Amino acid sequence: MATAHTTVDSGSFPRVRGWLRRLRSGDEIARLVTLLFALSVILLTLFLVQRLWDESLLARQAFGWTFLFSRVWDPVAGQFGALPFVYGTLLTSLLGLIVAVPLGLGAAIFLAELAPRRISDGLTFLIDLLAAVPSVIYGLLGIFIVVPLMRTVIQPALGQTLGFLPLFQGPAYGIGFLTGGVVLAVMIVPFIISVSREVLLAVPVDQREAALALGATRWEATWKAVMPYARAGLLGSVFLALARALGETMAVTMVIGNNPNISASLFAPGYSIAAVLANEFSEATGDLYLSALMELALVLFLVTFILNGLARILIVLTARRGSGMAQV
Amino acid sequence: MSLRTGWRKSLNVVMLTLTGVCAVFTVSVLFFILGYLVYNGGKSLNWAFFTQLPAPVGEPGGGMANAIVGSAKLLFLAAVVGVPFGLLGGLYLAEFGGRTVPFIVRYMADLLNGVPSIVIGIFAYAVIVLQARHFSTFAGGLALGFMMIPIVLRSTEEFLRAVPRPMREGAMALGASKWKMIVSVVVPAASRGIVTAILLALARVAGETAPLLFTAFGNRFWSPGWMQPTASLPVMIYTYAVGPYEDWHQQAWAAGLVLLALVLVTNVAVRLIVSRGMSAQRS
Amino acid sequence: MSLGRVSAGLLFAVSMALSACQGNTVTVLNAAGATFPYPIYSKWFDEYHRLHPNVQINYQSIGSGGGIRQLLDGTVDFGASDGPMTDQQLADAPVRILHFPTVLGADVPSYNLPGVTAELKFTPQVLAGIFLGKITRWNDPAIAGANPGAGLPAEDIVVIHRSDGSGTTYIWTDYLSKVSDEWRTRVGQGTSVNWPVGLGGKGNEGVAGLVKQTPFSLGYVELVYALQNNMAYGSVQNSAGVFLKATLESVSAAAASVAASMPEDFRVSVTNPAGAAAYPIASFTWLLVPTRIEDAAKRAVVKDFLAWMLTAGQQYCEPLAYAKLPQEVVARETQAIALIQ
Repeated sequence: MATAHTTVDSGSFPRVRGWLRRLRSGDEIARLVTLLFALSVILLTLFLVQRLWDESLLARQAFGWTFLFSRVWDPVAGQFGALPFVYGTLLTSLLGLIVAVPLGLGAAIFLAELAPRRISDGLTFLIDLLAAVPSVIYGLLGIFIVVPLMRTVIQPALGQTLGFLPLFQGPAYGIGFLTGGVVLAVMIVPFIISVSREVLLAVPVDQREAALALGATRWEATWKAVMPYARAGLLGSVFLALARALGETMAVTMVIGNNPNISASLFAPGYSIAAVLANEFSEATGDLYLSALMELALVLFLVTFILNGLARILIVLTARRGSGMAQV
Repeated sequence: MSLRTGWRKSLNVVMLTLTGVCAVFTVSVLFFILGYLVYNGGKSLNWAFFTQLPAPVGEPGGGMANAIVGSAKLLFLAAVVGVPFGLLGGLYLAEFGGRTVPFIVRYMADLLNGVPSIVIGIFAYAVIVLQARHFSTFAGGLALGFMMIPIVLRSTEEFLRAVPRPMREGAMALGASKWKMIVSVVVPAASRGIVTAILLALARVAGETAPLLFTAFGNRFWSPGWMQPTASLPVMIYTYAVGPYEDWHQQAWAAGLVLLALVLVTNVAVRLIVSRGMSAQRS
Repeated sequence: MSLGRVSAGLLFAVSMALSACQGNTVTVLNAAGATFPYPIYSKWFDEYHRLHPNVQINYQSIGSGGGIRQLLDGTVDFGASDGPMTDQQLADAPVRILHFPTVLGADVPSYNLPGVTAELKFTPQVLAGIFLGKITRWNDPAIAGANPGAGLPAEDIVVIHRSDGSGTTYIWTDYLSKVSDEWRTRVGQGTSVNWPVGLGGKGNEGVAGLVKQTPFSLGYVELVYALQNNMAYGSVQNSAGVFLKATLESVSAAAASVAASMPEDFRVSVTNPAGAAAYPIASFTWLLVPTRIEDAAKRAVVKDFLAWMLTAGQQYCEPLAYAKLPQEVVARETQAIALIQ
């Protein structure tokens, strides 16, 4: 019970006297009240997990671990499996990362290392604004701009040039995994940039200056001295972006095609966990159906939880290495 | 020797340009989004949009007046829930906490922050809507409030911690109790940052759609009071965008523009205030 | 800080004022369900509100599955569905639920074929084949055979179905189960099935939206959605071998065959009926009303609305391409209203 208040003790029960004094001066009440509010955050989170766990009981008992590996999602027959949704979620997020990470890291390097301060601040300001754009607006633009572009230009072009790969075969609907991945990429780039930039800025100046003193160009100093140092934190930023992409609902629902289908082709329609929850939750009749959806929510929650945890650890590792700062 | 140096120098220039292109490209996406929304949304933005209720399905016309008011009510509720818990919780973490409890609280807050918004909506449905047997603005506002709590909590803690020690110690030296010191010195000093954090959190939840799907539900009319379902801007955008009617698409663009303008203006204003405040503090 | 306080206070005052505006005299009913009749329902509830300004019936079209589920959960006052509730669902309900037919509509096969101006004819085998994923191209001999000279392109068919629990799906799969043994055994009928192929759209609105935006697509929607959005839709061959488009006459003819023998709880399927003039994929759509409504004001509104719907409300059907209820059915329903306590 550390407090900043120093007590001038006298008498036989200094701690109790101190406590009484604090109580009278309102300190203890303030502490208890704020503690209460802080604890309620813990309670809320635990309650949420408990509800998910309880509601998914029926499905967990019915399917066990096979739930995660079963491809069938058949409400009529009462057969539910998570694999198509896990596949869709992972695939679109992976596609999003493949596009966003090089773009984001490149931009972060520019902003943290290579650009003059004022340009860097101005561009960072604008990129933070991009992070604030609501998901449904990305979905809106996805439906009316990205999908037609995919269908008429990009997917046919990919099909013609790289069509020998199973990845790019099949009809060009415009809607599907690839479009979902691209929309996700645009949404997570700002996060990668802002966290990576912070991580890179946290690397001690000595590292870069030592490299420069040895005659490295600015790029070499960045690539060979700063980035390896910040490796853990940069990985953490990727994990954070991935966690964000996994939970993304609206934009993906609007462009992924809503078909619980596992296909090697990126052009095919698919489904993600968040999308099926948005579409089917309010109408799942039957306890098993609802419980299966709850189990999907639990799976999504656990995956984002693990990723977020890993990300935090990695970022803190880099920060600690750099300057002994404790919190991110 | 000079060949290698020449290669290294050109690589340097190339990479500088490439990374610069990445940054500029990202920023141009923002302008592209803005431009497209202004162009498409601006065309359909008219007085009817702001003042009329939605027309029957398939009939052109109508507006989103009830959605705009609905969103305002939802945000109000979100603030009522999110601000006290976040503020007071953050206060505890920054001022009173020891090692274990704050660590757990921070961990849980980060956990809550990372929960996908659809899962929060499902949670709010299970806990509020099913129990009350009613979709309501209240449930929707609470769901948004849950999302606000971790954001406000962490930001409050951060800004409170940033208040310099000399200020605190000065107050204590004058004989103030801890609580008095917090209320009269620390909080006012951090207030600008905290208010901006609250406004940013509000802007963030203003655009959330998924939590509202199963809580606030939707309403074609005005929503009386707090215990009835209500329309909201993000849900209307979603509904209209996936529908077939051209008229609906126009209204979705207009609503998107209004929502984006709200969010961006808040973000820009808040960040400018903070930066001006920071430089004022330094001088 | 004071700016924050002022704006918070302002917002508070505004919202209090706004919620006070509506006052406590407004009776609000919440309903949810089928997207199939959404155009006519939204028209009805709008008109009813105009006639009774202190009554708001807020209908959300979330799909028949959603309507049934929310009704069972008790979060809405009444539901709507075009797939009748199953015996199991009725047994699960806290009170007895009545099905009230409201209008007749039809599922039409709507398509987006750039360059094809002829109206396509679909046989039952073609429809089943397309939705089973066995007929994959537009110029398949089965389709071309029924549509000589239509100039069908050699493109893949983009099948579009519902992603949510849907009465429209129920009607469509009910029809396909009747005309195709393979469909019946492999997929079956229901509000939500395991589709062999296709993209999913949310609600009739979503399917119509996808068909409109996706060239070479085919989806099933309620007739009025195709009409309101100027979408092409084909004729379907009925049990007598006649190719018919969904029209008021053909849909009414489908209902006429069962009107006399309507079961007491009004749950009946009119897909693939006998009769040369009957459109094969038509259906009643029902309001699902609990027999016990606690709130007296709400009960009065429900009974009054149902009575209005059966009389004055029917005049709004035909402009929206829904067929009116047969007279015998109207009479039986008027009697059934008394069951609501």
